[in-house]
Amino acid sequence: MFMFERALTGSRKYWLWVTSLLLVVLVGSWCYVLQLMHGLAVTGLSRDVTWGLYISQFTFFVGVAASAVMVVLPYYLHDYQQFGRITILGELLAVTAVTMCILFILVDLGQPSRLFNMVLHPQPQSVMFWDMIALAGYLLMNAVIAAVTLTAQREQVPVPGWIKPVIILSIPWAISIHTVTAFLYSGLPSRSYWLTAILAPRFLASAFASGPALLILLCLALRKLSGFDAGREAIQKLAIIVTYASAINIFFILAEVFTAFYSEIPALEEHFKYLFIGLNGDYHLVPWMWLSVLLSWVALALLMVPKWRNNIRLLVVACLCVFVSIWLDKGLGLIVGGLVPSPLGAVTRYAPTLPESTIVLGIWASGALMVTIFYKIALSVWEENR
Amino acid sequence: MSDRPLILAGLTLFVGVVATPIWHGALDRKAALTAPPIKLPAREKQCVAPASYMRSSHMQLLGNWRDEVVRDGRRQLVASNGKIYDKDLTRTCLTQCHTDRKEFCERCHDYAGVSNPDCWDCHNGPQLAFRSTP
Amino acid sequence: MKITRKDFLRFSGLALLAVAGRRAVRAVGERASAPPAKPVRWGMVIDLQKCRQKDGCDRCIKACHSTHNVPQFADRAHEVKWIWKEPFQNVFPAAQTDYTREFYGNLPVLLACNHCDDPPCQDVCPVDATWRREDGVVTIDWHRCIGCRYCMAACPYGARSFNWQDPRPAIATVNPDFPTRTKGVVEKCNFCEERLAKGLGPACVESCEEKAIAFGDLERPDSEVRQVLRSRFAVQRQPELGTGPSVYYLV
Repeated sequence: MFMFERALTGSRKYWLWVTSLLLVVLVGSWCYVLQLMHGLAVTGLSRDVTWGLYISQFTFFVGVAASAVMVVLPYYLHDYQQFGRITILGELLAVTAVTMCILFILVDLGQPSRLFNMVLHPQPQSVMFWDMIALAGYLLMNAVIAAVTLTAQREQVPVPGWIKPVIILSIPWAISIHTVTAFLYSGLPSRSYWLTAILAPRFLASAFASGPALLILLCLALRKLSGFDAGREAIQKLAIIVTYASAINIFFILAEVFTAFYSEIPALEEHFKYLFIGLNGDYHLVPWMWLSVLLSWVALALLMVPKWRNNIRLLVVACLCVFVSIWLDKGLGLIVGGLVPSPLGAVTRYAPTLPESTIVLGIWASGALMVTIFYKIALSVWEENR
Repeated sequence: MSDRPLILAGLTLFVGVVATPIWHGALDRKAALTAPPIKLPAREKQCVAPASYMRSSHMQLLGNWRDEVVRDGRRQLVASNGKIYDKDLTRTCLTQCHTDRKEFCERCHDYAGVSNPDCWDCHNGPQLAFRSTP
Repeated sequence: MKITRKDFLRFSGLALLAVAGRRAVRAVGERASAPPAKPVRWGMVIDLQKCRQKDGCDRCIKACHSTHNVPQFADRAHEVKWIWKEPFQNVFPAAQTDYTREFYGNLPVLLACNHCDDPPCQDVCPVDATWRREDGVVTIDWHRCIGCRYCMAACPYGARSFNWQDPRPAIATVNPDFPTRTKGVVEKCNFCEERLAKGLGPACVESCEEKAIAFGDLERPDSEVRQVLRSRFAVQRQPELGTGPSVYYLV
């Protein structure tokens, strides 16, 4: 049913790609063993900055996972036929992204062997409990949807009726996974950078910009590597979604900046100051945050002009800019910026160590590997049906 | 079927690997079939519970103690013989009676293949209190 | 007499319900008729004037950390501390102005866990490894903690520390009467609950030569802490957050 054997046949380039990814996963795993042996002291985390790259990557990839809804909703709810070919790609990307999220959480835990305590002793008052429910449910849902629709395509039969309500359910569920992840942060009285009602809307906007941007890049890559063409209409519609989501995301960020700096409340200002100007001699994040801003504006300019948005080369640049910009904002600035300055005003420098970065790369590589295998399988079914 | 020899060879190899504990144990002349000798406490003859129960379920007992002390604050145990004990692994069990971890705890654990009870990571014993440079 | 399967099932179901119902009624009745427990709320009042009588004094810190096997790491990033001192302007930043900094900006303030009445750390813990006890002590079950550090993110007071590595090599002398912790779990001041269970006061309170820390039951009107709070003006850390700390400061 899962057709994994279809991922075992491929060209030399395919096997070179898969082998290199496996090597990165191996090296990352070895670094993780080091971390298991010595503890999280091998990372750059500290008493003040207790969450870093692992949790920020988790936050970023929940957004990518949620973005599958941007292809599922138009196709299944509004019968937008142009997305017919790529809903499977969105769903498989969601499965991959959620798996990466789970891996990022796992490597961040101090006592990972006790993870099952979350199931043995559920705590409904903790948002983390609901995050576990939401992510597990979303993973299961998308895996089942992808497997069932792909199998139906292979057999060239219509999908079974029972899958339709599951697909419809996955739409609000996708919204909920990223909302619940935002609620992890936005309900904490201790962190004024996160204690804002707009965090959940910000998360969703950035997810719906970065996720479809990645999907566009993947579709264009697939077109280059195989005969699979998502279709010009589909790509352009996705690009429009990225445009609106990017614009809304930038607006939300500017609204935050306004509240912080017009009110001049020190607790609100100081986190933005740390990220964009630097505090107490620590400004190592400043260039990255301004790069994020620059990239987002460049991307918006490229996307807002139809002539440029429809030019494939410029679209690729725009999508890369969106993805990197939001990765810098969510995957670097959000967590560290929320924790610095600390509740006692301490500015502690956080920089990921080599083992920490290698573990992150290992998880990135396992995600790339999953997407490769999944898309290979999906493509083989599509090619058979041609 | 030209695959038959290959399949049979693979099956034999698989069964052989999976049954390793059985034939390896049978071949090992040094492996004892009797329980290892353990050093019993010098003074006390009576444990907090009968020895047979302790042998089979001491981890369940300790788990109950953990929840009762940490979560309910019920720190004292009245044993079946009326004696009152503190539910304290270090100060009751290890300090008053089972002072030799190697000759008592580890003998049975090694024999039974209990892999790494990690209680010792936190709970001290008389031999585990040590001095080291900060 | 032959009874149908449907009747049999209906009969058994009703019988089970009756048994369960009787049990439930009994349990509720027992709860209701149990004698109401006298509420205890352990609290602390720290007299900062008395505390700064001796310059650089850290008797309470040493007492706490040695009693509880708190590791001492040289690397500030990995430090573990249950009780420590910070300059006034870090602890009460909103009470600080350019004109007052000169006088009391750098005066030391003794910090530990506030043992809040409504602790955010309890709300966020996904496995119930940390919770507020009936007597007000916010405690940690080190067997349960998965080391996710969500409680550390949630604490508005920076009271919690994480064991980034095995703590034992960094403990000079192990106190055999208290466990050490393992790498990968969070720890903090526990109001010396193991001493309270034996009727003793917390180590920091007992070790202070200036008697700067008052400790007692906030619910008892005649306790030492209540008497102090009736006689002096006391402040708390960030009370506007609604956490309800049990630690007061006499400035």
